[in-house]
Amino acid sequence: MSNKSLNLNTKTKNTWCPGCSNFAILNSFKMAVKELIKYGVPKQNFVLISGIGCSSKIIDYIDLNSLSCLHGRPVVSATGIKLSNPDLKPIVFAGDGGTYNEGIAHLIHAAKRNSDITVLIHDNRNFALTTSQFTATSPKGFKGGSSPKGSVEAPFDPLELMLSSNASFIARGYAFKMDHLKDLIKKAIKHKGFSFVEILQPCVSFYNSAKDYNKRVYKMKKGDLKSKEKALKKINEWDYNNKNSKIPLGIFYKTKKPVFENQVLNGINPSQRTKEVKIKDFEF
Amino acid sequence: MKKDLSILIGGKAGQGSRKAGLVIARLFKALGYYVFIYDDYQSLIKGGHSFSKIRVCKKPVYSHKNKIDFLLALDQNTIDQHEKELTKQAKILYDSSNITFNSKKSTGLNLKEVVESVKGKEIMQNIALVSGFAKELGVKWQDLKKVLDKELTKKKELNLKVAKKAFKKLDQVKKINKLKSKKDIKLLTGNESLSLGAIKAGLDLYFAYPMTPATGILHFLAQYQKEFNVKTIQMENEIGVINAAIGASFAGSKTMVGTSGGGFALMAEAFSVAVQNETPLVLVESQRMSPGSGVPTYNGQGDLSFALNVGHGDIEKFVVAPGDANEAFYWAGKLLNLSWKYQNPSILLIDKEVSESTFSFNKNILNKIKPKKPKLWNGNNDYLRYKNTKTGISPISFPGQGPTVKSNSYEHNEYGLTIEDPKQVKLMQEKRLRKFKAMKKEVQNLKAVKVYGNKNSKKAIIAWGSTKGPALDVAKALNLKLIFPVLLQPFPEKQIKQALKGVKKIALVETNGLAQLGKVLAQYSIEPNKEILKYDARPFAFDELKNKLSNF
Repeated sequence: MSNKSLNLNTKTKNTWCPGCSNFAILNSFKMAVKELIKYGVPKQNFVLISGIGCSSKIIDYIDLNSLSCLHGRPVVSATGIKLSNPDLKPIVFAGDGGTYNEGIAHLIHAAKRNSDITVLIHDNRNFALTTSQFTATSPKGFKGGSSPKGSVEAPFDPLELMLSSNASFIARGYAFKMDHLKDLIKKAIKHKGFSFVEILQPCVSFYNSAKDYNKRVYKMKKGDLKSKEKALKKINEWDYNNKNSKIPLGIFYKTKKPVFENQVLNGINPSQRTKEVKIKDFEF
Repeated sequence: MKKDLSILIGGKAGQGSRKAGLVIARLFKALGYYVFIYDDYQSLIKGGHSFSKIRVCKKPVYSHKNKIDFLLALDQNTIDQHEKELTKQAKILYDSSNITFNSKKSTGLNLKEVVESVKGKEIMQNIALVSGFAKELGVKWQDLKKVLDKELTKKKELNLKVAKKAFKKLDQVKKINKLKSKKDIKLLTGNESLSLGAIKAGLDLYFAYPMTPATGILHFLAQYQKEFNVKTIQMENEIGVINAAIGASFAGSKTMVGTSGGGFALMAEAFSVAVQNETPLVLVESQRMSPGSGVPTYNGQGDLSFALNVGHGDIEKFVVAPGDANEAFYWAGKLLNLSWKYQNPSILLIDKEVSESTFSFNKNILNKIKPKKPKLWNGNNDYLRYKNTKTGISPISFPGQGPTVKSNSYEHNEYGLTIEDPKQVKLMQEKRLRKFKAMKKEVQNLKAVKVYGNKNSKKAIIAWGSTKGPALDVAKALNLKLIFPVLLQPFPEKQIKQALKGVKKIALVETNGLAQLGKVLAQYSIEPNKEILKYDARPFAFDELKNKLSNF
């Protein structure tokens, strides 16, 4: 493959804040994709799906197939894409607001049905593009436009939620650990079934948690990835609210399960059907 | 036999009155008659009161009658509820094992005894009743058996024993002529026929979440997905349904979704997206009585204004409201092709009456729908998903085929990348506006307005969607003109004005309270002299509408 065909840049002017951790995620992703293309995944089979928010701008900065859809809905659109053409590799970029607030049902159901898609969550722990309000993963006491005295709601742990929804690949990365994140993204895309990567990303404008994360994150040692009990124990080391505990990074859980689209489609690729259906004698 | 016969069979939900009604209809069809079935059931699983009304004619028929010539009762409630609807010559056949009823015009048949005598199952009482009815009507056993052979797939032998026993128990009281068989006629519901239309146009995927009265489409397509090579997917909610469908269509599959008013409301945001990112899609909206949860298993045409105006932003789309199974077939297929031609979502607006009633469907229409290729990218030059063309239609390509395909819900440039500057926004808006213009032009190629009845009459009925059925039967009976706009957006102004030439008086018929089509007509200075509106969640019956129009 020539270098030219590996150029993934577009002409769109980047509008993230200077110093935004999304730049790091963008780079990790591009590195992962380039390696996957070298490894043999056809470039034309990548499809990026995004919703609304800072995270979702990413698809304008990468020259790959993409579908920009509604706030909170990219996960279910990704399943639609995979059902339509199972050769494609749908990869969702979405934020904590869209995924854990607006579109939470889709995330749970995609995990439950083991849809063969990859979901990358840019979790900056607030609605940033709307000038900062609390989301499902904002810590209790979060001060934003709608909670000037601090939010009274405690966050939920998206990893624990994914585990109980039977996701078959659960990982957490950190935007500023780029090589590690690249590696997680590659593994997630290669995983057959639903893969979920929660990416902690400091929000330079509204929730700059970089110093805090830098102190607390650590890469987990390789362990038994098939045990739900062990996964839960590792996940519970941090609950998204606690301010002191260590924050484990890496793959928490990975298992083989029948893939939704394979079971539904049974070898058929709906987007490439050519035979016309004949309706003969019928009466139902 | 009378040339226009109305039969009601009723019982509790779970007693199989709907199936029995269908068997009766098939029996008459086998004898060469046209039939129409109106199904009435409550939102419950067991108990309550369900009934089917079967109207039988020598000529095509599209509606039911309030008056009943034959009442078949599986329970007491059926008699109590419908006795007042009987004609003078009406006959009643009832289950004497649980109903006490004395009248000269009634016959009791102990269904429990009939079934138990051949060790049948309780549910088979419905077949016993049908068989007894057939005997009284003068149907020959071999004609009945032929129909039952085809209809009864489960425990056929035992069912036939039950039927034979009931047949022997009763005496013939009427005579029925066998007419020339109508091989081209099939009995289909609107839900079934629209599914077939979409299949003929190349449907690949159907997404839905259960909601009456559209659930029948989901069940039908799921049941026959192997035969028709259509994959049917039930999603987590209606928002999931339409967003998955947008993804599927973007990835190259012909896609349809189905729901009723409430689910349609949930789909409204994504519908607007499909216009913006130019995603072909057919959305079936089968109305039921609204607002809110309304009367869930009953009829209404209250969603027209909503369907015409759905979606935020500058939006134009095809909205079609077929009035029977034949039209539902034709327009579902046509809409799928039109959606792909213009890369725009479309709405097939029906209601419970079209969805679930059983019509005499003419199968010759099957050849009228074929899959049409959309304007595809030819592989030359760099690909632009939203190439600015004269017609506004950009050649389509799909991910996986080579070029990068960028589909965008934000305003975008020709490549599909997000933009905000006024010049590019205007360019893309105008591209879509040109497409809408082309869609308006397309109306001239479509039979968007149909005229029935006495085409020279100075008095015309205007009906839309399911009100076509009773209006058509009444127009024929009273020698009036019926004008039926089947395409409601873009509105076929020229065609309807052509149809109105020479008309002095107009009666508008709708099953809603605000005369929602009337509001549309007013925009084109068409003002009905009379509004006949019904909003009790029931469709018009033929005799009911005829009375209302007799002095018109």
